[in-house]
Amino acid sequence: MSAHESISAAIRAANARGEPALVAYLTAGFPRRERFLEDLRQVAEGADVVEIGVPFSDPMADGVTIQRSSRVALSQGVSLGWILGELERMTPRPKAPLLLMSYLNPLLAFGADRLAETAGRAGVGGFIVPDLPFDEGEPMRAAFASRGLALVRMVTPVTQPERLRRICADSQGFVYAVTMTGTTGKHVAVPQEVTQYLDAVRALSPVPVCAGFGIRGREQLERLRGHVDGVVIGSALVEVLERGADPAAWLRSLRNAGR
Amino acid sequence: MSSSTEHADALAELIAGRIPDARGRFGPFGGRYVPETLIPALDRLEEGVREHLRAPSFQQELAAELSSWVGRPTALTFAGRLSGRWGAKIWLKREDLAHTGAHKINNALGQALLARRLGARRIVAETGAGQHGVASAAACARLGLPCTVYMGAVDMERQAPNVGRMRLLGATVIPVTGGDATLRAAIDEALRDWVSDPLETYYLLGSAVGPHPYPYLVRELQAVIGREARAQIREKTGALPGAVIACVGGGSNSIGMFHAFVPDRDVEIIGVEAGGKGPALGDNAATISYGRPGVLHGTYSLLLQDADGQVQETQSVSAGLDYSGVGPEHAFLAHIGRVRYESAGDQEALDAVRTLCETEGILPALESAHALAGAKRWAESHPGGTVLVCLSGRGDKDMPTLQQTLLKGDQ
Repeated sequence: MSAHESISAAIRAANARGEPALVAYLTAGFPRRERFLEDLRQVAEGADVVEIGVPFSDPMADGVTIQRSSRVALSQGVSLGWILGELERMTPRPKAPLLLMSYLNPLLAFGADRLAETAGRAGVGGFIVPDLPFDEGEPMRAAFASRGLALVRMVTPVTQPERLRRICADSQGFVYAVTMTGTTGKHVAVPQEVTQYLDAVRALSPVPVCAGFGIRGREQLERLRGHVDGVVIGSALVEVLERGADPAAWLRSLRNAGR
Repeated sequence: MSSSTEHADALAELIAGRIPDARGRFGPFGGRYVPETLIPALDRLEEGVREHLRAPSFQQELAAELSSWVGRPTALTFAGRLSGRWGAKIWLKREDLAHTGAHKINNALGQALLARRLGARRIVAETGAGQHGVASAAACARLGLPCTVYMGAVDMERQAPNVGRMRLLGATVIPVTGGDATLRAAIDEALRDWVSDPLETYYLLGSAVGPHPYPYLVRELQAVIGREARAQIREKTGALPGAVIACVGGGSNSIGMFHAFVPDRDVEIIGVEAGGKGPALGDNAATISYGRPGVLHGTYSLLLQDADGQVQETQSVSAGLDYSGVGPEHAFLAHIGRVRYESAGDQEALDAVRTLCETEGILPALESAHALAGAKRWAESHPGGTVLVCLSGRGDKDMPTLQQTLLKGDQ
């Protein structure tokens, strides 16, 4: 099974247990760089897929929480190279597949081919790149594909139907369905339009569909049940880590919602 | 094919009007690197630009406002005493005389007119020195559109007079404390606002940066500077100048000045960046001199960044040039060798402010003073030559900075 297939498989496995997969996000090195691998291990215990955020100086798609976590991580010297080095030496590696979420410029600075090779060696299954829209994907996509790594594409409620179809057909691992127009971390009410949009994405997509941006608690998770294959939990989990609470326990409490 | 042949071909393409291409590329630079949420808004803007920008009704409306409200054409002034001091014949294109005191109004008015045609309900803008914010606030007031301006907290302090002007003109000014609290952070925050409401909000970007079609749109709206100046200097001197010089931050006054002269192969074109305190990373804003290719604010261009691809903070006495990136067309013009880019430091710019005040009775913006510093150097190596300088704005807004520098100890 290639790396990108293992991501889809992890989501399907959660679905087979009758629940949406939890895709959990943490900013690498936040709140403390020394705790990165330990935090990652704990998050992975409660999650089906883990997204590791590579901090960037200009996180334009992110709200205040991830802006803050990125700034703190950068001030402690966290970089893409450091993250990949830490992951490479991690033993044992978590069962949950790992994705890197990064803005494009740190990836370009690292170099597409070198990145694909190093990420593959470090056990990374793929990438989410919020400022890399569908039309600008090459040459990053080709480099990832040569190593079987996923490039997870994003769709939004304002994406036009024809483009939506092409993005879904191209996305690997899963399709990241942004729940709203806006930045990460705000609370989303999940009105009926959102569930209808998610149903439409799901009808088009050959890979699982995970909803993200603004999903912070049980109530929203319940509203999304049946309309998605998974949910991405980002800012809310970063805040849990910031408080020093147990991320695995918090993720488990989300899962038990509605039981 | 040799690279010089490639560069000549690229220049021919540019002159033929085929650059940027359909994907918004200036050679390798440009493009559209934004969250998927903004793609429909950019598509709609691109369509609007195609439909309206060259339409006679839009051009007539724009021309009438540029003439009766902005005060165009702006004057071309022969700087006689300055020429005597520096040794070359120096002509100044007086964008400082445009309404609101800088070239920024050309773009702000044009985009505000376009936004109204596109049915926008509100305008957001970013500002560095405050000139684009003031121009946007004024254009929005003129057209009856609500306007929100994001401005770095550091810039709000050093350009305090402009903050008051924006508020008087009816704009909401929101301080940005994140990131470096200057222009870069203000653009990040304006983009976040736009992402939240991409269909009804119009993002009025102030420089020749950002995702396609902004670099093209801003160039087209600022190209009036070079068109006028080229005709004026031919009329007054009977010839084209030996050199054309403008300052480059994001690069909107300079691309507007340069565009008409790009086909004139005997005219040397020089862009002057902010050299700040010196060449070390973080001490200047000279992106083309010291930057490497990368993506910031939606465009692939040159960028002041560290080895990990983190964007670096910049340093310049001039808030309007204090930006880590540069417009993709400038990166392209540098790449093909049509424009030479150099930098002038804080002290050279301050000296030029003093000299222009003393010799010509004109207080230039600190941004424009960088172009003057470039003209001084050119004059030294071309005595008796003719140089056209874009005086992009007036310096009244810089009084707080000038009190701390040139006037320090005068009290």
